[in-house]
Amino acid sequence: MAKLKSTFKNMFLSLFIISVTVGLLLAQVNKMTAKPIADAKAMKLQNAIKEVVPAFDNDPVAEAYKMPDGQGDSLTVYPAKKGDEVVGFAVNSNSNNGFSGEIQIMVGFDMENKIVNYSVLQHAETPGLGAKMGEWFKDTAKPNQSVIGRDLSQGNLSVSKDGGNVDAITASTITSRAFLEAVNKAYAVYKASDADSGATKKEEAEKKGGENEQ
Amino acid sequence: MNNNLKVFFNGIIKENPTFVLLLGMCPTLATTSSAINGMSMGLATMFVLIMSNIVISLLKNLIPDMVRIPAFIVVIATFVTIVQMVMNAYVPALADSLGIFIPLIVVNCIVLGRAEAFASKNGVIPSFFDGFGIGMGFTLALIVLGAVRELLGTGKIFSFKIFPDNFGALLFVLAPGAFIALGYLIAIFNKLQDKKTN
Repeated sequence: MAKLKSTFKNMFLSLFIISVTVGLLLAQVNKMTAKPIADAKAMKLQNAIKEVVPAFDNDPVAEAYKMPDGQGDSLTVYPAKKGDEVVGFAVNSNSNNGFSGEIQIMVGFDMENKIVNYSVLQHAETPGLGAKMGEWFKDTAKPNQSVIGRDLSQGNLSVSKDGGNVDAITASTITSRAFLEAVNKAYAVYKASDADSGATKKEEAEKKGGENEQ
Repeated sequence: MNNNLKVFFNGIIKENPTFVLLLGMCPTLATTSSAINGMSMGLATMFVLIMSNIVISLLKNLIPDMVRIPAFIVVIATFVTIVQMVMNAYVPALADSLGIFIPLIVVNCIVLGRAEAFASKNGVIPSFFDGFGIGMGFTLALIVLGAVRELLGTGKIFSFKIFPDNFGALLFVLAPGAFIALGYLIAIFNKLQDKKTN
């Protein structure tokens, strides 16, 4: 077949037919991959929650709610329950003060104001420097560096350069500050939701009271 | 068949897109911080190259000359979108680490370059081998570059430990290391090519 001439009609029809065909093809692929993509996302969230709070048997994603962080934004809180008892909260917190882009972390608290664990969901920090935050603050062998088990009721965390008691990542003070800011925000929301769930759900408050005494 | 093999090896050695043509430098430099990232980027590009070469060589007579570039780009973008959706669905961790560079395959000049220079002038089978060869050349180059950077930067290849992390030069994982490593690799490649022709 000879090559089509570049008349207006030919050009219009050729581009139109190609676009419609690939549009249909992409719609089909989208339909096929939509569910696996959603599953993969849910799986990632589930794993992040599982990593940061004590063992639970409810579905924290289904019971998630939003709490204002006092700075005009709101964070998502995932309550973890064993039976009817609340055993911890996972808070999806963020900071825009990192070295590049938004930092999103999941911080888990038990019922005694302590950080159980954290997991970095999203960041764009420098590889080899700020990107180390995924492990740096978990190193329980170095108590000045790790945030695991810290009790935030005695004040917010800050890096030692700013008079705090957390050692910043070497050569990445900005990232460390942003990370701790996100942790502090998460704690504020955790505190609020802790009090909130106590005020609104009496049963839970009683159980929690008992737990705090132990 | 002989001719097709020639086209295939042409893409890997004589017209290697990274070491000889110096095309597609943006993903080459940005995604090769580890061997596995380089390999996945190369494979994704290879898939797009093969598919777009096949489709464009089939459609070449139906596309009037004056709208050939938009038509090629639509075809290329389709395959890139398919790759992106499939990666998001089945290898989300890899899709995260390659990030924006998967959609950017659309504007990779290797892909459009081969569509324009080869697929729009040749039949389906040679076009397939051209896409396969160029894609393979690109993939191999990215694996080598990624492996060199990962080894010098972190002491690992494909996450397999060769020497302890502490001795790694962080520079090689960062952007400047990409330029340095690529420069030396091109020099070595040229030297080897030189010997062959003399």
